[in-house]
Amino acid sequence: MTHDADVLIIGGGVTGCGIQRDLALRGIRSILIDKGDLNAGASGGNHGLLHSGGRYAASDTETAAECRIEGDILKRVAPRAIDDCGGLFVAVEGDDAGFAERFGERCAAAGIDCTPLSVDDARRMEPAISERAFAAYAVPDASVDPFRLTIEQVADARRLADSVFLPHTEVVGFDIDGGRIVAARCRDTKSGEVRIIRARQFVNAAGAWSMTVARLAGCDDVHVVYSKGTLVIANTRLTRRVVNRLRPSGDGDILVPGGTVSLLGTTSDTIADLDVVRPTPEEVDRNIDEGAALIPALAHTRFIRAFAGVRPLLLPSGGIGADGRKASRGFTLFDHLDQGLENFATIAGGKLTTFRLMAERTGDLVATRLGNREPCRTAVEPLPALERSSWTEPGHSARVWIAAKNPADNILCECEMVPKSTVDAVSEDAPGAEPQMPLRAIGVRSRIGKGTCQGSFCSLRVTSHLYDRGTYGGREGLALMRDFLAERYKGTRPVLWGAQMPQAELAETLHCGLSGLDLIDDHGEDGAP
Amino acid sequence: MTNPEPRRITADVAIVGTGIAGFAAAVFCLDRGLRAVQLGHAGALAYTTGYFDLLGYDRGRPIEDPWAGLAELGRTWPDHPLARLPRETVERALHRFTEAITDLGIAYVPPGPTNVRALLPTGLAKTTLSIPATMAGGGAALAAKKKTVILDLVGMVGFSAKEFVANFTADWPGLTSARIGFPDLDSGAEAYPEVMARALEVRATRERLAERIRAVVGGAECVGLPAILGVHAPDRVHAAMEELVGLPIFEIPTMPPAVPGLRLRELLEQGMPARGTTLVSQHKAARAELRPDRIDLHYRDNFGEVVVEAATAILATGRFLSGGLAAERTGVRETLFDLPVEQPATRGEWHRDDWFDPRGHAINRAGLLVDDAFRPLGSDGSPVHPRLFAAGAILAGQDWVRQRCGAGLAIATARAAVEGAARASGR
Repeated sequence: MTHDADVLIIGGGVTGCGIQRDLALRGIRSILIDKGDLNAGASGGNHGLLHSGGRYAASDTETAAECRIEGDILKRVAPRAIDDCGGLFVAVEGDDAGFAERFGERCAAAGIDCTPLSVDDARRMEPAISERAFAAYAVPDASVDPFRLTIEQVADARRLADSVFLPHTEVVGFDIDGGRIVAARCRDTKSGEVRIIRARQFVNAAGAWSMTVARLAGCDDVHVVYSKGTLVIANTRLTRRVVNRLRPSGDGDILVPGGTVSLLGTTSDTIADLDVVRPTPEEVDRNIDEGAALIPALAHTRFIRAFAGVRPLLLPSGGIGADGRKASRGFTLFDHLDQGLENFATIAGGKLTTFRLMAERTGDLVATRLGNREPCRTAVEPLPALERSSWTEPGHSARVWIAAKNPADNILCECEMVPKSTVDAVSEDAPGAEPQMPLRAIGVRSRIGKGTCQGSFCSLRVTSHLYDRGTYGGREGLALMRDFLAERYKGTRPVLWGAQMPQAELAETLHCGLSGLDLIDDHGEDGAP
Repeated sequence: MTNPEPRRITADVAIVGTGIAGFAAAVFCLDRGLRAVQLGHAGALAYTTGYFDLLGYDRGRPIEDPWAGLAELGRTWPDHPLARLPRETVERALHRFTEAITDLGIAYVPPGPTNVRALLPTGLAKTTLSIPATMAGGGAALAAKKKTVILDLVGMVGFSAKEFVANFTADWPGLTSARIGFPDLDSGAEAYPEVMARALEVRATRERLAERIRAVVGGAECVGLPAILGVHAPDRVHAAMEELVGLPIFEIPTMPPAVPGLRLRELLEQGMPARGTTLVSQHKAARAELRPDRIDLHYRDNFGEVVVEAATAILATGRFLSGGLAAERTGVRETLFDLPVEQPATRGEWHRDDWFDPRGHAINRAGLLVDDAFRPLGSDGSPVHPRLFAAGAILAGQDWVRQRCGAGLAIATARAAVEGAARASGR
C-alpha cells in the first residue's frame, strides 16, 4: 500500500500530534504514524503535570521559564484537558532547609508566581500533608490529561486538513535520493504488511525512539539517554492540588491529582533497553515509602495500577551522563542539514508542558521548507470540543448515555459507565479507528479498562459486543482481548496486595477458568511447575 | 439488644468456609455421623462455571486421563495436595460429592475414567471431569459435530452467540447462531441470567420461550443456550424445555453473576441444614482460640456473640477472594489463626511478567503447608494443633485455576480433612 502526503510525522506522542495540528492550522496535510498507538510512549507514561516551572526553578531557569509561559498558553487553548488546580511545594523534616529557603527567589528569577505559605495554611489547604512539614509555597501547577490533549489534536488536524493517523505503522527504512528522503518504508506491526509513505518533508518526533529513527535516515547527531520513570495511581484523589516535595528531585516527590484519582511519582533509572519497560514492585515501594513522608496516607492507600514511561533526555553531542535527573529537560530541533539531508527534521527532548512550543518550532521549519508562509496559530487557536475526541473524559459517556434515555444501550463497563454506543462511536470515528478495532485501541480512546476492575469484567463484555457488531469474525477477538488484558496486567502487577489481590484472583478465574484465554496459543514449554 | 454472655454451640467439627471445600466437608461429616457447624459467607462459590474439574491441564496442555495425570503429578510435583492422596480417596470423594449434589437437586454426570470436553462462553472447550446434566449435551454435540444453533438473548450482556460460533468455526462446521428475546425481558434493557432462570421455573414462561426458540432453530439438531434453565430445579426445567422445543438442549456457562454458581449456593445452603448440618451462613468467624482439647470459634450475629466449641476444626476459607489469605505489601498472611503461609521470599516474585504465562504465578502456589493428615504446619514443621485441619484452595503447592483442579482439590482434601477430624475427635 502506498500513501502520499505533504509531510510524514513519525511518533504519535503529544509532540507528533501537536505538530500534526500545528501544520493543519497552516493548511498543510500530514500523515502521522506510530509503531504502537497514540501516547504509547512517554506521553502516556507520565503524571499529567502541567508544570508551573517550580520543579526546575532551582536547577534550570530557562526550562522553568519556558514551562511557565507554555503552561499559561495551554490553560487558554486546551481548557478541557486541564484541571487548573494549583500546586504546593512542601518541605518535611529531614529536607534541606537552605534549599527550601531559596526556593522563592529561584521561582522569582524564572518569573514564576510563587507565594510563601505558613505550614498551618498549607495543611489547611491540603489536610493530607504531613504534620512534619516545615516550609511551603504555592505555585500555579496544574494537571493535564495527556490522552485528551493528544486525541483532540489529531481529531482537529483531521477536521482542518484531512490529516491522517495510522496506528501500528513502524518505519523500517528510508529511500533517500540526492540529499532528500523520497519515501519511508514502513511495516504494519499488526498485519506485517509493507507500507510505502511518500512525502515532501519528514519529521522524526519518535521520543525515546528518535535516535533509532534518525539513524535509519543515516543521521548520527541525535543522542538520547533513556530514563525510566515509574508512577503509581491511588484510587482516590488524596489532594485537591499538586503537592511537590520541596527538595531536589527524587523518588516519590510529587502527587498529582487526575480527576478522581491521584498519581504518585516518580522514580528515575537510566536504562539501556527500550523494549522491556514495565513498572516493578520495588519501584512502586520506593515511591510509596518516600511519598508517605510527605503525604502519610499513602502508606495505607489502595493503588489501582502503576505504569512506567521512558523520558527521552537529550545529551549534548557525544556526552554520556549517568544521572537522568540532571540531564537537561530542554529540547532541540535538528535540521540535519549537516547530515546531508534537506527535508528531514528531528525534534527531541523537552517535556509534556513544552510540547506546543516544540511543535511550533518544528512547524516553522517544515512550513518554511514547503514554502508555506502561514504563521503558527496553536498559541491562540483553542482546541475545539469534538465528540470523537471526548470519550476519555471521565463521566462524559455516562452523561451522553443518561441524556439519550435508551435502555437498550446496555452499559458494558460498569466501573466507568461506558455503554455500547460509546464503544460503537469510538470504533467508528475516533482518531485511528479501523475496521478490526483492537480492544487496547478502544481503551486508549475511552474509559474502558480505567476503573477499579482495570478491564477484568468489561473486556469480556466489550469483546462480546464487538463480535456481535461484526468487528471480529474469528479468533482475533480473543487474541486482542488477551493482548489488552496482558497490557493492563503490566500496570496492576506491582500493586497486587490488599484489596487488589482478590480482584486479581477473580480476574484469573474469569480470564483463564471461564474464558480459556491461557489456552488459545502456545507460549513454549520451558517451565517446570 | 445484645446479650453480654456469649451463646455456646458445641460441635464435633467446626467447618470454616462455605465454598465447595466447606460444603464437601459438611457432606462427609454427615456421612460419618459427625455433628458439624459450618460458618462462612458463601461468596466465591457464585463464580463457578458448574464444571467439576479434577486435573484438566498441565502447563497449558490438556490432560485426557486425570488419574494418569495425578500419578504423573506424584512424580513431578509430589508436594501437590492432590498428589498426596491415594487414588481411591480422591475417586470416592468425587463420586460421593457429585452424588450428594445430584440428590440435592442438580444432577451431575458421574465422574468417569477420563476427562470430557466442556464448552466455554468464548467458543473454546476445556477438559473437565464432571458436568451438570443440563450442560452435558454441549461436549457431546461438539464431538459429534452436530448441526447446532447457539442462541443468545436480547439485553444479556457478555454472552454472544456470534462470538461462540466465530471461535468454534474450524472445529464445528455445523454451528450457527441466532438471537431471541426472552419473554417480557426483550425491550433491550439489560436482561440478567438469574431473572430469566427464575422466570423459567414457571410453565407459561417456558412455553413462550420454547415458541420463540422453535421459530429460529431451522434445521438444527441441537440447541445451545446460556445457562438460564432454572435455579432450583434445573433438571426439570431442562427436560421440560427439551420436550417443548422438540430438540436436545444444552447450557453454556456465562460470566458472573451466573446461574450455575447460584444454583450450587442456594441448593447447598438450603439442602444441607435440612440434612443435619448446622449452617451459619452470612457470618464469618471473627476470631479463634486453640485450646488444648478443642477449638473455639467466635462470631457475632444480631443477638450478640456466639462461640462454637468444636472438638476439631477444618479451615476451608479459600484464598484472597474469599478472605482466607490476605496479601500485604510485605507478605501474605492467614487471616483467622495467623498460621504460617508458605510463600515466595519477596513480592517481586509473586507474579510472572506475562499474565497468561502457562506456568502460572508463584503466588498461586502460596498457602498452608500440611502434614499427611492435612493438619497445617507451624514454623517448626510440626502440626500447629492436633485438632486443626485445612482443605481446599488455601493449601500450598497447587494452582487450581491454571491446572483446572479446583473442585477435585476442594472435595478430595475435604474428605481427607474429615477423616483426620474423625480420628482426632475419637468418632
